[in-house]
Amino acid sequence: MSINQSGWRPTAPEAREGNVPASVTGNKALMLEEALIFEIGDAKTTGVDFAEGDVAHDMLGDLTRKAPIGLPGLSEPETVRHYTRLSRQNYGIDLGFFPLGSCTMKHNPRLNEKMARLPGFSDVHPLQPVDTVQGALEVIHQLAHWLVTLTGMTSVAMSPKAGAHGELCGILAIRAALEAKGEGHRKVILVPESAHGTNPATAAFAGYSVEDIPATAEGRVDTAALKARLGPDVAGVMITNPNTCGLFERDMREISDAVHAAGGFVYCDGANFNAIVGRVRPGDLGIDAMHINLHKTFSTPHGGGGPGSGPVVFSEALTPFAPLPFVEKQGDRFELIEEETAGEHHAGSFGRMVAFHGQMGMFTRALTYILSHGADGLRQVAEDAVLNANYILRSLDSTLDAPFGPSGPCMHEALFSDAGLAEGFSTIDVAKGLIDEGYHPMTMYFPLVVHGAMLVEPTETESKAALDQFIAALRSVAERAKAGDPALKTAPHFAPRSRLDETLAARKPVLVWKDPAPLAEAAE
Amino acid sequence: MRYLPLTQPDRAAMLTVIGANSVDDLFVDVPEAARLDGPIHGLPMHASEMAVERHMTALSRKNIAASDGPFFLGCGAYKHHVPASVDHLIQRGEFLTAYTPYQPEIAQGTLQMLFEFQTQVARLLGTDVANASMYDGSTACWEAIGMARRVTKRGRAILSSGLHPHYVSVAKTMAKFTGDVLETSAPTLAAETDIDALIAAIDDTTSCVVVQYPDILGRIADLRPLADACHAKKALLIAVVTEPVAMGAIVSPGEMDADIVVGEGQSLGVGLQFGGPYVGLFGCKEKYVRQMPGRLCGETVDADGRRGFVLTLSTREQHIRREKATSNICTNSGLCALAFSIHMTLLGEAGLRRLAGINHAGAVHAARRLAEIPGVELVNDLFFNEFTLKLPTEARPIVRQLADRGILAGVSLGRLYPGVDALANGLVVAVTETTSADDVEALATALQEILA
Repeated sequence: MSINQSGWRPTAPEAREGNVPASVTGNKALMLEEALIFEIGDAKTTGVDFAEGDVAHDMLGDLTRKAPIGLPGLSEPETVRHYTRLSRQNYGIDLGFFPLGSCTMKHNPRLNEKMARLPGFSDVHPLQPVDTVQGALEVIHQLAHWLVTLTGMTSVAMSPKAGAHGELCGILAIRAALEAKGEGHRKVILVPESAHGTNPATAAFAGYSVEDIPATAEGRVDTAALKARLGPDVAGVMITNPNTCGLFERDMREISDAVHAAGGFVYCDGANFNAIVGRVRPGDLGIDAMHINLHKTFSTPHGGGGPGSGPVVFSEALTPFAPLPFVEKQGDRFELIEEETAGEHHAGSFGRMVAFHGQMGMFTRALTYILSHGADGLRQVAEDAVLNANYILRSLDSTLDAPFGPSGPCMHEALFSDAGLAEGFSTIDVAKGLIDEGYHPMTMYFPLVVHGAMLVEPTETESKAALDQFIAALRSVAERAKAGDPALKTAPHFAPRSRLDETLAARKPVLVWKDPAPLAEAAE
Repeated sequence: MRYLPLTQPDRAAMLTVIGANSVDDLFVDVPEAARLDGPIHGLPMHASEMAVERHMTALSRKNIAASDGPFFLGCGAYKHHVPASVDHLIQRGEFLTAYTPYQPEIAQGTLQMLFEFQTQVARLLGTDVANASMYDGSTACWEAIGMARRVTKRGRAILSSGLHPHYVSVAKTMAKFTGDVLETSAPTLAAETDIDALIAAIDDTTSCVVVQYPDILGRIADLRPLADACHAKKALLIAVVTEPVAMGAIVSPGEMDADIVVGEGQSLGVGLQFGGPYVGLFGCKEKYVRQMPGRLCGETVDADGRRGFVLTLSTREQHIRREKATSNICTNSGLCALAFSIHMTLLGEAGLRRLAGINHAGAVHAARRLAEIPGVELVNDLFFNEFTLKLPTEARPIVRQLADRGILAGVSLGRLYPGVDALANGLVVAVTETTSADDVEALATALQEILA
């Protein structure tokens, strides 16, 4: 009552229940329903004004468009309102805590956005003469220097477009290196059970057969099993470190040495580099290749599913095989090394992975973030991320089952299982319950090595107060799931939508809007 | 540090709850030999917002921006005017700072947008369906070739000589590892495309023919005979569109019976950005949808019967199928897809067609004006907003000299096809709604002076 000083008393909630009619619009005050552009727009409306002038179609031959395309337009105010309304049906980090394990949803500083939009970066064509893009090449060169130094590696390929694309880059370099040594017969890549799905998909795409390596009871790679499997048919291993259980692979150096001794290479999935940046250099652990998700460690925005950026750092052994293009400093000048200029010096390169030079817009954001933090700030990033995760782990391990809690401290994420929930209740019920509490849920059912996994990654950009509130909320929801509260089975109750029928969506896919049949036809 | 909210007392209190003496205790699993005991030597320390802004701005000023003067570059990336509201809307935190919509109840904004995007792309490319985007045009092109292999169970792809050489390079790189056989060649400086040669090359082992439309020299040709020839041999026709604005003026590849149409969506909403991030478009016939790579958004209902959207058909994808997935792609290009979709909504059909008409008219004017220069020939009979000139001398040094005069004149074919002497005199010139008649005149005057 301390907020309301006027003496006015809000109506008691019980008095409001019952007879409140549904709104005729389907809206609920600030929660506004929004139709599709195909339902509210039309082909004649445009929100863009053009100068008058000649628009003759005289060099198109028989290909001149005659048929309609079917693209609805909206005026500018309608457009702004449409997308603003849609945006409000989304959860984002700007709105609240987003502990999506392995995805690293940290604050996205707006300075990064501002810098990426400087015309000298945003309005530059990739094929301009090199003399006119020296600043752009210098950005790539500076970021590359940071990445190589922070990881203790020899070189970096900047062009991969996202983490999975970076994985492919690393594995292709390994394959090129093996083939150059006459070891192309090595056809097996070992992948721990706890790996991201992209790892086996990448290895298979690159022509390898994938074999799983089991985890130990404490949640780490079974080093003995891995060593036992090494041999003349093994091209390499793909290991995530820190791993997807949120643990540091203690034996990483030993594993790397064993793989190297057996003639293979070590790929590290660097999705979790944010846990160790500034505290550990992967190069010191014997890694040969590792991608870095700039959108995880270096805070470029996730944008509802990309764009990402996945530069790959290489050891000395793999450097000659790195893809084109890359930037080289020659005296005071920055050169773009492409097919033409690769020559003998870079003749081992396995080739090009993308048109142009990579995700420049993400490079400017990541470099801005890195310069803001500096060497000291980045180290603090890792420390606070790990501290926050351990705080969550120890605050909740008496409420939820933490299968690897006894293994010691976690790194940047805390892993729980669904053990102890009431019969018929699973991780999804906890997740949907958290939505009603105003949170984005944690990662569900991943990693696969834990039953009903709940992977909580707080990141370093959350305050202790935010963590305390989340801990209280998750504790409450977990207790309800343990007690078998039926209201959780139908959660969320307060979101723009209740649970969606994913089976229906997959069984009868409706992937594009189809204009409804005219009324006359429908009536027949 | 301004982005880190924990205070020292917070940290101390949290360590107590954890039962650790210091944060170093939390890194105990790192082998001692690999532990760094302080900030990495030789790197600068943290900096204020103002200091970082100064540093980045200085770097940006070392570049010449497209808007700094007359500008005619294309070849897979085009300078178009992007309405101010596009950039405003994509910066709304609910879009910018959301993740892939794994929790659909609180991601309907992204999901509905993706459904609208998929529909816009499918209609634009003339396909039945489209996915929720790929990284860019070049990777979408490669993914299409892989998809054709899965559909036809054949591994020989014929790539048109008019396909962007970077796209060819990407495909060649990937084919080295997948074992696909690619037939490729360099274009010739002629008005005719290589469609007849492509038709002649198709046989019972062909998985697909990949043709760019408009092609790397800006040429356009009717794809229907090629589609028929592909289908007669049970091969797929893959069309690549690097300039989607063209679809406002010319018949789309899907309308000409292409099976898969991929594209680079950068022209709408995204901007040049020195090559990335861009947005790959991917559409195909409905019967092939289960072989498609990438995320797909589908319509469904919620428990209360209300329409809603979810990611669907995920049994194609790596997080479910792992090594049996159709692609390893995870992240796509969501925010660029949003920018594309907003720009397309602002344009609408009327605006797109008007925009395409302005582009074409400007290009026709520029082509005629530049071809008046003694020794300069227009290669194309037909084109949309990009055409190729044959200069009397090597184009690459000319482009450099024009850049010194503040004119970014186009893309020399020597840059794209180093070592191919027959193409060295070629200059590809793009003209959009941002190109003024004065720009064209400036280029024509300067080019004539240099060539004289």
